[in-house]
Amino acid sequence: MTDKVDITLNINGRNHAISVEPRRTLVDAIRENCGQTGTHIGCEHGVCGACTIIVNGDPVRSCLMFATQADGVPIRTVEGLAKGDTLHPLQRAFMEHHGLQCGFCTPGFLMLATAVLEREPDITDDELLDVLASNLCRCTGYQNIIKAVRAAAAEMRA
Amino acid sequence: MSAATKGSGMTWVGRSIRRLEDPALVAGQGRFTADLPAAHWVRFVRSTIASGNIKRIGVPPNSNVITAADLASAKSIKPMLHKFNYVPVAQPILAADVVRFVGEVVAAAVAPSQEEAEDLADQVEIEIEPLTAVTDARRALLAGAPIIHPEAPANVIVEGRIKTPDFDATWASAHIRIKFEARSRRQNATPLEARAGHAAYDTATGRVTLTCTTQMPHLTRTAIADVLGMPESDLRVIAPDVGGGFGQKMSLPPEYVILVWLARRLRSSVAWTEDRRENLMAGFHSRDQVIALEGAFDKDAKLTALSADIVANIGAYSCFPTTCGVEPLMAMAELPGPYQVQAYECVSRGVLTHTCPMAPYRGVSRPVITFALERLMDKAAAKFGIDPVEIRRRNLIDRFPYKSATGLTFDEGSYRQTLEMAIEHIDLPAFRARQKQARAEGCHLGIGFSTFSERTGYGSPAFAARGMEITPGWENVEITMDPSGLVEARIGSSPHGQGLRTTLAQIIADEIGVEPRQIRVVHGDTDRAPYGWGTFASRSLVIAGGASLIAARKLRSKLIKIAGHMLEASAADIVLEGGMAKVSGTDRSVPIATMARQAYYQTHRFQGDIDPGLTEIGAYDPAGTFSNACHVAIVRVDIDTGHVAIEKFLAAEDAGRIINPMIADGQVHGGIAQGIGNALLEEIVYSDTGDILTSTLADYLPPTAREIPPIELHHMETYSDASITKAKGVGEGGAIGAPAAVINAINDALAPFNVSIDEIPATPRKIRAALRLAMEKRA
Repeated sequence: MTDKVDITLNINGRNHAISVEPRRTLVDAIRENCGQTGTHIGCEHGVCGACTIIVNGDPVRSCLMFATQADGVPIRTVEGLAKGDTLHPLQRAFMEHHGLQCGFCTPGFLMLATAVLEREPDITDDELLDVLASNLCRCTGYQNIIKAVRAAAAEMRA
Repeated sequence: MSAATKGSGMTWVGRSIRRLEDPALVAGQGRFTADLPAAHWVRFVRSTIASGNIKRIGVPPNSNVITAADLASAKSIKPMLHKFNYVPVAQPILAADVVRFVGEVVAAAVAPSQEEAEDLADQVEIEIEPLTAVTDARRALLAGAPIIHPEAPANVIVEGRIKTPDFDATWASAHIRIKFEARSRRQNATPLEARAGHAAYDTATGRVTLTCTTQMPHLTRTAIADVLGMPESDLRVIAPDVGGGFGQKMSLPPEYVILVWLARRLRSSVAWTEDRRENLMAGFHSRDQVIALEGAFDKDAKLTALSADIVANIGAYSCFPTTCGVEPLMAMAELPGPYQVQAYECVSRGVLTHTCPMAPYRGVSRPVITFALERLMDKAAAKFGIDPVEIRRRNLIDRFPYKSATGLTFDEGSYRQTLEMAIEHIDLPAFRARQKQARAEGCHLGIGFSTFSERTGYGSPAFAARGMEITPGWENVEITMDPSGLVEARIGSSPHGQGLRTTLAQIIADEIGVEPRQIRVVHGDTDRAPYGWGTFASRSLVIAGGASLIAARKLRSKLIKIAGHMLEASAADIVLEGGMAKVSGTDRSVPIATMARQAYYQTHRFQGDIDPGLTEIGAYDPAGTFSNACHVAIVRVDIDTGHVAIEKFLAAEDAGRIINPMIADGQVHGGIAQGIGNALLEEIVYSDTGDILTSTLADYLPPTAREIPPIELHHMETYSDASITKAKGVGEGGAIGAPAAVINAINDALAPFNVSIDEIPATPRKIRAALRLAMEKRA
């Protein structure tokens, strides 16, 4: 065991002062130290994208970052998507279009799509497909995830 | 599409209402096993050697590392079949003297955090004297091959044989016979959530609660209690939100047994979250089969006889509860598929090797046998010079009930109609014209068909036919209306993404006149739900749905009686809808919630006529029903790189009455995507010495959104009496039919080169190898 370091994770606007080993990954810190378990771990080697969160405006795989690298940086996770009781258009679209089945990959897809649509609201369907191919879903065959994200993109542009 | 409103006279069944499961899941409020905090974490130390004798296990002093010696009182996992020359073999909870596959658990390192448990595991020294390993099933059958279990000296653990009385005569009278070998490489179901378990000891009661990512909570409870010799009532198993299963989570992993044992020993909580590498190595594999197939046809291209030799690589141990017979025996029973062939001989063997144990995976063998049989039909069509569609037309079953060569009864279906429906929507003549033109331009397009059946919703008789010591099948559903009029349905099935909370609520809502959102379906908790078998084999909507219907009808009768008393009307005149009991043709009504209060608080009013309370139980154990479909794939093959792009995928599907079209489509989409992955990408690879070479998702490749084309679905709804709700299962068909359609399409694209791809997955390397070989032959 190595000495712990004190850091502050700013998750969805709230500061979490935590003490972690330098080797602790960001996703483990978010889940274990901050209790925000909406972000899931699917592979821990950066392929499946289940742990995708938004760090400083960018979608990142939180299993590939150390917690210490995110000290003081604004982090957004699925828990922060809704505004009070009002769901984000992407959350609504995933329900409306059946973009989820088991729901395990869903937080990662929601955060990936949120970051991309905020950055490129006019992204083409084909570019969007490339982006969504970053993450794995084993249940839906992607049909309804694509449909949901396209619908939300249209709503967010309107 | 709101679940909040319903027009008069409409049913909830048949409507795409939103899922009741979703609000929590999209908000990050799902509850998965790995979300639970624990006082202790486990890291399993696994064998890095495929076959060998354990010489020494070195453990750091004063550390908490558990080995087989600690678990001496635990039994082994030893499932049983009473037929098919099954040889029972024992899987120790922790390997004691020998190891039999890379990934087998040898020790458990326990520490306060996951990182510290990993550190501790790294310090455990396991000395193994390596022995020669065998990973290929056909090599394991050769004389002198290494023996995996001495009880099975020829490495054959199960062997089914069948030969119909008319076989020899029919075989001899064949016009032509076509023989080839179809092979499926090994796959991993790869749910996005790998396995995880959390066992917590309750000091007040001495009970342990095991929360784990399972498809079968009750059977997990029974099995662990048996293995550890503890009273079953001292164990509670919870399957919370489960991140996909696809069969991988319906067998008992030794890891969960260790967690329960540890929780009792430490009198605390202890957790394990599997990493992806462990899952790919040791989280159960499937579909590793070779089928030598020969079909006899008469002069009209009708399949008259079928001969098959099936070798299924079942790995190092037999999975609990189905046993490893599940793959070879299902292959033997269902190989003749939806074709009118009555002469059949088959030998199907499950063969032990030094590899990860096989367990069921979506479709169980049928993706492989459908692939083999559909290749045969296409090869025969080519030989007869007829279209692949035409040969299917001539051979598909069309009279029901149809009794298959292996004695299975096919209920009403639409095998030919779904084929015609698919062809109509794909516009075959237009495609053939486009294909011809593209070929002239050096572009290789192909179309492939697969027509198949999907046996679903089968109860205990079907499992009993396999001689299973543990014979699953039936389901119980308990429905309680509480005094406020809200409804709870407790089910033994254990859904994990199928939307069953929604679809069962739709079935129940129609019977008792309340909205689906007022019905809470409770599952996945052995303390709360009645004993049941879980969710697998496309069974839950049919069987738990049927049991729900039976229980809801009983509750409906009771509510109608109560309403009759309260409204002073004849039961025959009472209608339950919109949360009210009404006397038809009058304006007299009473809210169901008011009736519920009466059923609990005013029982004296119904003395002698109605029992107190509002709980009813429904049980259902059907013989089973067959869904059917036709899949069509259109592909473009790059002959220079071997890359296959799927341009279009279409399925015409009949799963009986569709309870929720949105959810049914989602099931088919997901199955087809897995089938496409199986056809093109996914392959677990072992080295000759038994090392696993595909232990990350960069090596084992589930498809992404780029590989899956838009999927076009068309439905027919044949209502069969084999299911009381008229719903048939829909969970596996996508995965069963897709590989055959894709591979047939590839072969159609490559027809000018005279190659035949008869192996899945058809990776670019294999396609290039086949093309190179064909070119060399030609030169």
